[in-house]
This record gives sequence, C-alpha cells and structure tokens, in this order.
Amino acid sequence: MLNLFFIDLGRKVLSFMYFCGGLANLTIQTVHQTLKPPYKPGPIFEQSKKAGYDSLPIVSVVALFIGFIFALQFGYFMQRIGSEMYIASLVALAIVRELGPVITALIVAGRVGAANTAELGSMQVTEQIDALETLATNPVKYLVVPRFVALGVMLPLLTLYANIIGILGSYLICVLKLGITGRMYMNMTFSALFYKDLFTGLFKAGIFGMVIALVSCYEGFNVEGGAVGVGRATTRSVVFSFLMILAADCFFTALFYFIFP
Amino acid sequence: MIEIKNLNKKFNNNLVLNELSLNIETGQTCVIIGRSGCGKSVLLKHIVGLLKPDSGKVLVEGKEVASLRELELAALRAKISMVFQGGALFDSMDVSGNVGFSLSEHTRLGPKEIAARVEESLSLVGLSGIGNLLPSELSGGMKKRVALARAICIKPEIILYDEPTTGVDPITADSINELIRSLHDKLKVTSLVVTHDMKSAYHIADKIAMMYKGKIILEGTPKQIQETQDPVVHQFINGLSRGPITEDTGTFKFKLAEA
Repeated sequence: MLNLFFIDLGRKVLSFMYFCGGLANLTIQTVHQTLKPPYKPGPIFEQSKKAGYDSLPIVSVVALFIGFIFALQFGYFMQRIGSEMYIASLVALAIVRELGPVITALIVAGRVGAANTAELGSMQVTEQIDALETLATNPVKYLVVPRFVALGVMLPLLTLYANIIGILGSYLICVLKLGITGRMYMNMTFSALFYKDLFTGLFKAGIFGMVIALVSCYEGFNVEGGAVGVGRATTRSVVFSFLMILAADCFFTALFYFIFP
Repeated sequence: MIEIKNLNKKFNNNLVLNELSLNIETGQTCVIIGRSGCGKSVLLKHIVGLLKPDSGKVLVEGKEVASLRELELAALRAKISMVFQGGALFDSMDVSGNVGFSLSEHTRLGPKEIAARVEESLSLVGLSGIGNLLPSELSGGMKKRVALARAICIKPEIILYDEPTTGVDPITADSINELIRSLHDKLKVTSLVVTHDMKSAYHIADKIAMMYKGKIILEGTPKQIQETQDPVVHQFINGLSRGPITEDTGTFKFKLAEA
C-alpha cells in the first residue's frame, strides 16, 4: 500500500518535472521564433481578434458584476462605521492592482486557452502539425508565436477595459444606492490610485497572457489518444493556467510591493 | 536516392524498427507492404525527419536527416512531400489555401500565380473548381486527392505516400494509382508508397519491399514478389488468414473459436 503511494507520487513528480522542462523548452523556442524574421502580422491580428475583441462581452459582464459586488460588500461594512466615501478608493485599488488582471486572465484562460488547446490538440491527433513540419513550416513559429504575441498584448488591454468597467459598476452602486456624489466618487478613486498600481497590474496581465498562450499550446502539442486526449489536455491546460497565473501573481505582488516597494 | 541503414526505433519497450535497411534509387517507385502497425508509417516519418532514430541512419541525397540543422532540414523538406493517411488537411483554411500553403509560405509567387498552380494541381487529381470548399465539406476520397494535390503543388523530387488508396472507392483508387505512375513517368519523381493494397502495389511499383517484425524481409520487382516461395510474403500478398504471420502474432485463435 505504502509502496503504491510512493510509486504514484514518484510518477506525479516525474510528470510535473517533464511538464516544467517541456514548457521551458517551448518558452525558449517561442521567444527565439518571435524575434526571428520573417514577421507576419496577419495571423497575430487574427489571434488578437479572437483573444481580445471576442472576449469583450464576457469580460464586460464579469467586470461589471465584480464592481457591483465589491461596492455592495464594502458598502454594507463601511456604512456601519460611517466611511462610505472610502469605498471608491478600496474598490479602485482592489480592481486595478489585483482583480482586474487576475479575473481577466482567468476568463481568458478558460475561454481562449481552452480553445487553443482543443484546436492544437485536434491538429495533433489528425497529423496536421506533422503536415506543417513536412511543408517546411515551423509549428512554433506558425501556431504558437501569433497566440503568444496576441495574448501578451491583448490581455493588458482587456485588463485596462475590465478596470474601467469594474470601477463603473462600483460607481453605479455608490451613486445610485449609497448616496455618494459622482464627483466625490471620482475624486476618491483618483486620489487612491498611483501610476504604479496601474502599470504593475498591466505588466502582470501581459505576463499572464504569455503564460496562458504557452501552457495552452504546450498541452495542445502534447495530446495523445484522440478525442479523449484532447478533452484531458484541455482540462489540464485550464487547471495549469489557473495555477500558474495565481503563482505568478503572488510572485509579482511580492516583487513590486515588498521586495521593491 | 534514399538510403536507410540499420534503422532502430523503440516506443516504450516496443521495438518497431529493428536494424531496417533499404535503398531507393532516384526516380524509382518503391512500395512497402506489411501488416497494420508493423512500423511502415514510422519509417516514412524518419525519412522526412519527423522522428529521430534510436540508432542507424536515413540518408536523403547523401545527407543524414537526423543530423541536419533547422535550415538544412527545411531546405530538404522543400524537396520532399508527404501524403498522410487521413489527408492531414488544415481545417482552418479552404482547399486552395491547403494546396497553395507551401507556395504562399515559402515562395515569392503572387496570388495569381499561386492560384494558377493550385488549379493545375487540383485538375491533375481530378478536382478542378473546388478551391473554395472547406476540408469538412469533402468526402474521404476527395480529402486524399486534395492532400495529393498539396503534395505535388510544390513540384517535389520525392513523394512519400502513407496508404494513398486506403478508404477510397476502387475507381478513385485506380485514378490515384495512375497519377502516382504518371508522376513517376513524366516527372521522374522518387516515390515511397506504404500500402496494404496489393493491386495498387503491383500497378505502381518498380520495387516492392515486405516489412515484417521491424525489418525488410524481402524486396524485389512485382513479378518476383508474386512468384516468391517465402511463406510470410506468400501469406500476406494472398491475404490468407492462416500462415506464419498469424501463427507468430496469434491474431486469430481458431482453436478457441472451434471449441
């Protein structure tokens, strides 16, 4: 029984190390192929539309509700201590520093990352990726680089948009329900925020975008076992993306606010 | 010329290629026959550099494929085309995009010249005028022919065919055989064809090689293969369920069935 436990544990450790090694290898290849000419903007625009423009409806709805919920939660507590005017500052800081980048990244990992893995995984099982190679086309250059660049650029833009919508949601609750004036709300929002809050949030979003692209493409390339394998890889892609986004968020928050405050 | 020398390849503990050696002369059509799962497709993937051997060499035009750098391998692949078993057409683009893929990616030809080459390739496989259809709108046989059009569009020196006539109707199969034969006769293309279809093999081959247990156990002209007394080859080419192959692998348990 104990033996089986250690065998299983060993397999999982080896599998995790294999994943880390493979992901590192794909990262190096992707950065190399991104910098290497020729540069083709067409596929990058196409992926940017899929990752960015097509994600706007879901990001809008989620960000608006996050703004509503935070304003209501903070409002309930702040009203008791007579500090409603600070709701704007708290919501702005929470959204711009953390919730905007992380929630947007999780939405994109679930929506775009899963689609990437399923698409590349299907290509893998139907030998389309082998066909690309035989047609003298590097699959990393052709398939990963456009997704990597598109997600790296679009995620900060989506995050900026989510920040604005989230703050708007909170504004609506505060002005219409809690009786704070619009001018007061905007003053409190802008007085709490520094450029550092915005730029560290957007920087993190860019990193999260690249992480989603790399994890989803890696899982897609390594699909084995037909349709079942595609399903399994898609699940792994979303789970690993979530974990890596949160780990990276923890690392960068510590870096920006404790190591280099 | 393609030279394969003492090629070995294992997947997990399964030895798929076992000291396999084979030479294919320039302009020759060599057909490899053998049972499903015996490693024929694995052999093709070694020739085009999709797989690396555990040991042994594959030399194409004197260059060892596994040791080529990225650019050298890309240059070699520009001369080799491969027709995959299921077609491996790109779902995201239409038939024209698939057939003209290499030309638009790797040449400076303009859209009109590419369109003309695409149409020429499609008409060679008898599918003129279907350029705007998506792969999902094609039948299995049409997909195979579009894959063939994609392979010939770059005017390759070597074409590798992975079961080109499997799963298509006899008339389409015969037209594919005719096309492979005419590419050999007119363009002197070197062809390596993996198939189970003995009618096709006899029709197109200059040389037939039988693969069994990871090795080439016999090679010769179609006539020599038809007349061989080798019991393994004899069982395979005549499609017999009883013989040394099924005794070795135990695929069919007649005694159990009879009991």
